[in-house]
Amino acid sequence: MAISLTVNGRPRLLDLEPDTPLLWALRDALGLTGTKFGCGIAACGACTVHVDGQPMRSCSVPVVAVEGASVTTIEGLAPEGSLHPVQQAWIDHQVPQCGYCQSGMIMAVSALLAAEPHPTDAKVDEAITNICRCGTFARVRRAIQALARTE
Amino acid sequence: MGKWTRRAFIGTGTLVGGGFVLGVVGAAFSPSRHGVVSDDAESKGELNTWITVTPDNMVTILVPHCEMGQGAQQALAMMAAEEMDADWSMVRIKEAPALDAYANGYVARAVGGESIPGVLGRAFDYGTYRLVRWYGLQPTGGSMSVRTTGRFGMTVAGAAAREMLVAAAAERFGATPSELTVSRSQVHHAGSGKSATFGELAAAAAKQSVPSSPALKSGDTYTIRRTAPPRPDIPSKVNGQAIYGIDFTLPGMLYAAVEIAPVYGGKLVSVDTAPAESMPGVKGVVKLEEAVAVVADSYWRARTALAKLEPTFDDAGHGGVSSQTIFAAFDQALGAPPEMPKDAATVISADYQVPFLAHATMEPMACTVRVDGSGAEVWAGTQDPLNARATAASALELNARQVAVTNLLVGGGFGRKLPFSLDFIGLGARIAKAMSPAPVKMIWSRETDMQHGYYRPAGMARFAGALGGDGKPLAVACHYAGGGDGESVFMPYTIADKRADAKDAKHPIRTGAWRSVLNSQHGFFKEAFIDELAYAAKADPYTFRLNLLSEEPRFRAVLERVAAMADWKSPLPPREGRGISLVESFGSIVGQVAHVSVSPDGALRVKHVYAAVDCGDVVNTDAATAQVEGGIIFGLSAAMKGEITIAGGRVVESNFHDHEMIHLSDAPQITVEFIHSGHALGGLGEPGVPPVASAVTNAIFAATGIRIRRLPIKNQALRSAAAST
Repeated sequence: MAISLTVNGRPRLLDLEPDTPLLWALRDALGLTGTKFGCGIAACGACTVHVDGQPMRSCSVPVVAVEGASVTTIEGLAPEGSLHPVQQAWIDHQVPQCGYCQSGMIMAVSALLAAEPHPTDAKVDEAITNICRCGTFARVRRAIQALARTE
Repeated sequence: MGKWTRRAFIGTGTLVGGGFVLGVVGAAFSPSRHGVVSDDAESKGELNTWITVTPDNMVTILVPHCEMGQGAQQALAMMAAEEMDADWSMVRIKEAPALDAYANGYVARAVGGESIPGVLGRAFDYGTYRLVRWYGLQPTGGSMSVRTTGRFGMTVAGAAAREMLVAAAAERFGATPSELTVSRSQVHHAGSGKSATFGELAAAAAKQSVPSSPALKSGDTYTIRRTAPPRPDIPSKVNGQAIYGIDFTLPGMLYAAVEIAPVYGGKLVSVDTAPAESMPGVKGVVKLEEAVAVVADSYWRARTALAKLEPTFDDAGHGGVSSQTIFAAFDQALGAPPEMPKDAATVISADYQVPFLAHATMEPMACTVRVDGSGAEVWAGTQDPLNARATAASALELNARQVAVTNLLVGGGFGRKLPFSLDFIGLGARIAKAMSPAPVKMIWSRETDMQHGYYRPAGMARFAGALGGDGKPLAVACHYAGGGDGESVFMPYTIADKRADAKDAKHPIRTGAWRSVLNSQHGFFKEAFIDELAYAAKADPYTFRLNLLSEEPRFRAVLERVAAMADWKSPLPPREGRGISLVESFGSIVGQVAHVSVSPDGALRVKHVYAAVDCGDVVNTDAATAQVEGGIIFGLSAAMKGEITIAGGRVVESNFHDHEMIHLSDAPQITVEFIHSGHALGGLGEPGVPPVASAVTNAIFAATGIRIRRLPIKNQALRSAAAST
């Protein structure tokens, strides 16, 4: 089945079974391996992308459901050669350790801050439920708080 | 009956490396390990095994360790660059290839490294290099990279490189080495005003002989290793460019999904492969001794086709094994509580229990293997690429030198990807062999990953303690089952009668090294029991411990510091409490205080964890802090929620919905301080983990009067109506 959608600003045509998760369409069909596989049941958030600006866990989104939509992955979060403020904050606060969860974490945080630029700690806790085994939460929180303080 | 000794865990054969290969006489003439260089070293500017200088004035430092978020590669490069007085901005860090010349034997220094006399150090390092080269080992683990490879390898290589560059400059300037100074990748001769960069000197320096025992800098002249430069691996981890084992691709690559016998040791009995063979994109179905794999042109197609199969496996006779039977066997083996002195005024006893735990690295097991007529290639993220080579070679019945391994970024290790637990490499290789010559990337589902681990062993301990009439402890003893060693059962407290005896209770569940290994169980057992003893003595748990540390000044200093950090004595509102814990592991002493609150309906909130760390000295203070923060979160997740249970011989939990992890909302504030004691470097990857469970359960007791002796905490009732003392 041919499914057309926009990925990181480019129109793409995917010839895949309609129930193929968006995650695997991105990773295997389009070679965009920045979005990660962590659990397959939308429990960990490593696969978070933006679909029409909304954060979604792509392991649980069949490609047929994003026909015609605009998908942004970690690779397309900022224009080539530049960094999104969340990415910059992640570097400034040295957030990542192994880094495997961080694509999803950054996509979740950037979506939250786009919707709510100055979230309370409670709102952040509710919205950001990504799992990180290396335990970077203290720095994730500090980086978000720093971003939330900026205009 | 075993008495604890401070060094009980150190084996007696510490000189086996040097002695085994070279003999006593040979030891005196041993080459240096870092003198091992390529045939064309001179033309490449390769000054020694780990350090190359090129005409563009770049210093390339090879580090024989993986990068799994712990920052070891950068830390070791900082240690080498420090000794060279290199310009840090002109340093490039690369992971050493998985080749024999870079086999890593420095980890042997962790076993009695202090007690090897300097004159024999060269022979020890070279001898162990020959041993691990023969074995094929290049491990990263045991919190050893900085304190062994860094301390005994990188610093020496850096200092050796410096002497070679200075020697080359001396010849060029017509001066003596002692007249020259080095700073920021330049060698200066004040007398003549001449100077030359490392790049200009590289070719001549590479011709110098490699000094085997160069002079090292003293700490008061450090300008690099105690700073906190940004980690070079981080930029690619925020923009999606970082390539982990699971991300690797090759043209023509196929993908494999696999189902493995659910009971460890079980075999594939039968499977009708037809339902998968006709599915879209499927290239083959591979039947193996313990598994069946579907290979297709995409991972999702492989996985979808695999789901059509109904393989049957046997249970290796372990179908009757469950968590219940395992803990019942532990209980039986532990026997009666240890004997206590008859004249004790107070005797208490308590049992503690911890479950199996999965590593649950965020990146599930994955590897790419290509097998053809001449050999094989492997691409994966592991904690030992040379053992990955040996594992693949063995699975393919090849000689190790017919297999080339490229190590990639590791999406979490924690011990799962250590040597001898690289089962997934052997499995991926066998699948690839069946599909030769196409490269095959095998990806484990989270379910497969969760259920085919090398688990942190379940454990149980039965403690007894005795107090004299004055409230001072006379004896503390435990029987334990499920694993332990001299380091993990060690208590620094001055108590005349301290005993810990292992009781045998076997089970067939595959176990392995989980971050902090046996300290993850015993850190909980012993610091929970000491806390109970303190309360039995009607003493403050901090003061009780402090009064028993007069003979251990380092432990005392750590305990005092963390209590001060936590403002231990300040009053807290009702239902809030602090717990303290003090555990040494991997050469570092860590004290932690947890500040918790427990709501009337039993909701636990860990508000703040304070950690004081004596690891001797600190390389990259920020990365070091991150390691302690990470260890605390890792240990807290396990303490609060982690549990792998067994039924019918197999693991019950399958994903993050049932092997739960803590989230951002559960994470406490964390404050870390280091005590620069000047003692030998200790590790940091693991030592943050062992104290946290007992710090939290001790805090829960202070807040509620409820004593938790079984983990995870989520299984225990914390409601006020159920409070008990």
